[in-house]
Amino acid sequence: MRAMTWPQRIGWIVITVAVLVWSLFPVFSILMTSFKTPGGLFSGTLLPEEWTWENYGEILAPGGGAQELFLTSLRNSIGISLIATAIAVVLATLCAYAIARLDFPGKRMILVTALAVSVFPVVSIVTPLFNLWRSIGLYDTWLGLIIPYLSLTLPISIWTLAAFFRQIPWELEQAAQVDGATPFEAFRKTVVPLAAPGVFTTAIIAFFIAWNDFVYGISLTSTDAARPVPAALSFFTGASQFEDPTGAISAAAIVVTIPIVIVVVIFQRRIVSGLTQGAVKG
Amino acid sequence: MSAPAVERPAPPRAEEKRPTRGRRSERSRAEARLGWMLAGPAFVLMLLVTMYPILQAFFDSLFSLRLTAPDEREFIWFRNYAVVLGDPAFWQSMGVTLFITVVTVILELILGFLLALVMHRAVKKLRGFARTAILVPYGIVTVVAAFAWFYAFDINSGYINSWLAWVPGFDEDFNWFAYQGSSLFVIILSEVWKTTPFISLLLLSGLAQVPGDLEEAAKVDGATGWEVMRRVILPNMKAAIMVAVLFRTLEAFRIFDNIYIMTAGANDTEALSLLAYNTSIGRLEIGLGSAISVLLFLSVLIIAGIFIKGFRVDLAGGRNS
Repeated sequence: MRAMTWPQRIGWIVITVAVLVWSLFPVFSILMTSFKTPGGLFSGTLLPEEWTWENYGEILAPGGGAQELFLTSLRNSIGISLIATAIAVVLATLCAYAIARLDFPGKRMILVTALAVSVFPVVSIVTPLFNLWRSIGLYDTWLGLIIPYLSLTLPISIWTLAAFFRQIPWELEQAAQVDGATPFEAFRKTVVPLAAPGVFTTAIIAFFIAWNDFVYGISLTSTDAARPVPAALSFFTGASQFEDPTGAISAAAIVVTIPIVIVVVIFQRRIVSGLTQGAVKG
Repeated sequence: MSAPAVERPAPPRAEEKRPTRGRRSERSRAEARLGWMLAGPAFVLMLLVTMYPILQAFFDSLFSLRLTAPDEREFIWFRNYAVVLGDPAFWQSMGVTLFITVVTVILELILGFLLALVMHRAVKKLRGFARTAILVPYGIVTVVAAFAWFYAFDINSGYINSWLAWVPGFDEDFNWFAYQGSSLFVIILSEVWKTTPFISLLLLSGLAQVPGDLEEAAKVDGATGWEVMRRVILPNMKAAIMVAVLFRTLEAFRIFDNIYIMTAGANDTEALSLLAYNTSIGRLEIGLGSAISVLLFLSVLIIAGIFIKGFRVDLAGGRNS
């Protein structure tokens, strides 16, 4: 890279700061709201006039007004999203392996189907499921959410993994065998290290998508038996358990956002390559 | 996981062995079998979780069925569709949905392109920062983003109004969520914020494919920055741009979360997804709600069809093949 002049350097710093402000502003905004006292909520300022941890106590501390609602939904969200991600990644790994490495009729059809499923309007699926789940007892259960979540996590996993697997130099495996490794050793020492990052990145992306779900969450649950966090957040409103839910919702929003931000910071390079490779020929 | 690789120590690469037309060798049949054994479960599951419900929705839409009175179920052919299509509320919903879709996609395309340029051109030291910041909205739950923007603009807990107090003619007691236009403004703002990273990543991978020497050559020939952009960069990214636009259009068309949080569909902000939800799950009118669900699905199909036929977007080709 050639040396930059001072104006260029300042220009880039200004641009980066603008990008940072645009991307982080809403997060900062709700973070500030989460520190406001009930009285300070209506101050009309971004920063709290008086800082408090009260809202976090509300959702996390024993005896907090929304503690049970929040912690149960957090457990539901983590459990359901993890299971839906795990199933999708395992099945998609097999599927993407076949697509990347074998030649068989219908390969293209599978990819096109995955694409079609990923743009399917969720609301179109939810009405029949709502009806069906109620008659077969899956309504308001973990399984009742895991199944529809697969329609969110499977297609993206197949696309991303197929793109990753296409780039693996599979000849290495043969080479290792020629050099005297057993087939399993060859596979473990050459393919696994190259494939693992792709599988891991895919799992992160799939988890984000499951974690983000709202429509299934509010439609297919009725109690805290299976209600995930986004749905629970919308139920804070109007709940009579405590007066004004704004502070508690903000605190809960921050609690579920922090892990995401950490994951993004650590794995940004991988997530970007996963998303772009799955999207356009990489 | 990928154990079959072990049993097949030396698989020839896929390209080398296209089976000759008509006759297929034993080997390629075995490969096809293995292929479907591995890919089959994922494929079948995808179909089960989408095709089955949409067929069921179509079936339900032919009945007059309310869960409040389940015994009065009656087969009525397409009367639900007649009711929905004859209802101005449906067309109002369709209008709002199309408006949100068009405005968000245009804004996101512009903003996403700028962000992609920043990620593409930024010096190494800043690139990591920019990329992380741009990815944050992607990871954040839509409902959380909706609450963040909602509280910022809300008349009680908001502070935007006091920030705008200096604007002549702006009433500090302005209630953003009491009017259609201003509600849609905040809804679109939050949607753009949350989903621009996705579009900018698609565009970034398009940018990476523009041949650098072509750009240099144009500059050597004396082209201005704008000319390089218009004549070299944009034409070379056309495929990526179209794929990004198609994906975002289909996604924006099913917008639900932020509207539900901010207005719940009040003041004529009820997009089609909300209308379907409110009809079937809110009012338990399964027949009518299913009809709206099917119409929503058909709209998505039509939009995709227009893009693929009209603009010749080769989805699978553009994405990977």
